[in-house]
Amino acid sequence: MNTKVTIAGVEFKNPVMTASGTFGSGMEYSMFVDLNKLGAVVTKGVSNVPWEGNPTPRVAEVYGGMLNAIGLQNPGVDVMIERDLPFLAKYDTKVIVNVCGKSVEDYIETVERLNDQNVDMFEINVSCPNVKEGAIAFGQKADALFNITDRIKKVSKKPIIMKLSPNVTDITEMAKAAEAAGSDAISLINTITGMKIDIERRRFILANKTGGMSGPAVKPVAVRMVYQCAQAVKIPIIGMGGIMTGEDAIEFMMAGATAVAVGAANFMNPYATVEVKEGIEKYMMTHNISDINEIIGCV
Amino acid sequence: MFYRGIDEGKVISQEEISDGIFSLLIENKGAEAANPGQFAGIFPNSKDTLLMRPISICETKDKATRFVYRVAGKGTKEFSSLKEGDTVRVLANLGNGFPIEEAEGKCVVLMGGGIGIPPMLGVAKALKGNDVHSFLGYRNKDTFLSDEFMQYSKVYLASEDGSIGVKGNVLDALRASIYLKPDIIMACGPMPMLRAIKKYAEENGIKAYISLEERMACGIGACLGCVCKTVKKDDHSNVNNRRICTEGPVFDAEEVDI
Repeated sequence: MNTKVTIAGVEFKNPVMTASGTFGSGMEYSMFVDLNKLGAVVTKGVSNVPWEGNPTPRVAEVYGGMLNAIGLQNPGVDVMIERDLPFLAKYDTKVIVNVCGKSVEDYIETVERLNDQNVDMFEINVSCPNVKEGAIAFGQKADALFNITDRIKKVSKKPIIMKLSPNVTDITEMAKAAEAAGSDAISLINTITGMKIDIERRRFILANKTGGMSGPAVKPVAVRMVYQCAQAVKIPIIGMGGIMTGEDAIEFMMAGATAVAVGAANFMNPYATVEVKEGIEKYMMTHNISDINEIIGCV
Repeated sequence: MFYRGIDEGKVISQEEISDGIFSLLIENKGAEAANPGQFAGIFPNSKDTLLMRPISICETKDKATRFVYRVAGKGTKEFSSLKEGDTVRVLANLGNGFPIEEAEGKCVVLMGGGIGIPPMLGVAKALKGNDVHSFLGYRNKDTFLSDEFMQYSKVYLASEDGSIGVKGNVLDALRASIYLKPDIIMACGPMPMLRAIKKYAEENGIKAYISLEERMACGIGACLGCVCKTVKKDDHSNVNNRRICTEGPVFDAEEVDI
């Protein structure tokens, strides 16, 4: 049974990755899951300098999922190089660093700092809905997305994945812009902007007012967008959005994803990543699938 | 001892000890390793509620953990219907807990406000035999756990409506006890109370440890949902905030900017 998938020349032992922001840099969850079993660890977004993130409350539960407005708090690229990357190097898994920034220059600085480190790919976060400057501003207009992709691609020594936002009129326009600018792959979806109000106190639940929705309720939207993008571009897709089980992951792959990422499910079950991997294997066995690549985009 | 894991906990017993306040005893792995002031994430069984509910550990009894909580929403409402023999997923033990050793041999004031009272019981129990004074603040005369605190410490009551003890909050009760000179304060309760205790402790040169609360997602330090502002740059975050679920929930009052 082959579960290996390849994206931009990088071979993953299986298609299961962690969704950025839900898994730190793997250290906390390594108490629960064997990181060696994962296709890749995708780190929480890192910027050129430390970011404090948003005020609290930053998270809220909603029906079928949750909202978050962490605001990309991160210790900065230097701490990632000193602490997180050496930790991840101990494991036999691929490392994808998610990069965020307020300006194109910020992204470029971070990528350049990480170019010669133990990193297999960069995922470029142009879709976080929770920060005021940068991030999503680059991911909601095709020309801005093309420009930032092109500029990062010119300096990056590793393959890049542009992470797309679902908060757009037509996500295939964004996928096409990323592909045209040379992105090696795309990942989607980031969270869907949402809001929750405390009707007793007549106040927003989140200090940021809005937050990104994730969890099982967003899955049909994500599967649809993965399918649409798979029809629109030739570069590989990493699919995510509400994956809780192996069956969910199979659905994304049939829609056209080469790999998948498990996000909010980690909070609901710390073993979720490994259980998704085992669920995929079980599906392959019961359906006599010898190579996982057979099902990619099969619908 | 250290234990952190997720386990199918078995309900031993549950009772409503005051209006909307429940005492739930669960046999779960690692119960005996829990420190007073730590908490657990209890997952509701209903799929309508996906995230764990962070609940402070009231005390441990052999291989079981006792949680005393207030019904505040869908998750805790479900917990209140748990019966002997039911199972529920428990992620424990989370957070750091109160520094018991630092308090030994000193004049200790424990302060609990409302649903912040339960974790202080475990602290009182751990400090049994020391000079411990527990200040418990309630809304009204519907008290809970105060009898149990008496087994381990002197007890002082306060109520918002004055129907029992000193009228006001726990700090009013402490101020009324003019002969008491605490070396150390440990507290859990609503944010305005903790803010007032922080200020009081600073003005009077008393060491204070306070247990903070925040909405959480992962409970283990990965998501950065539950941070609090700190005076100095934190080693882990590299910015001026710390994770309540991991570096807390108990903080030296001087280090947090609340």
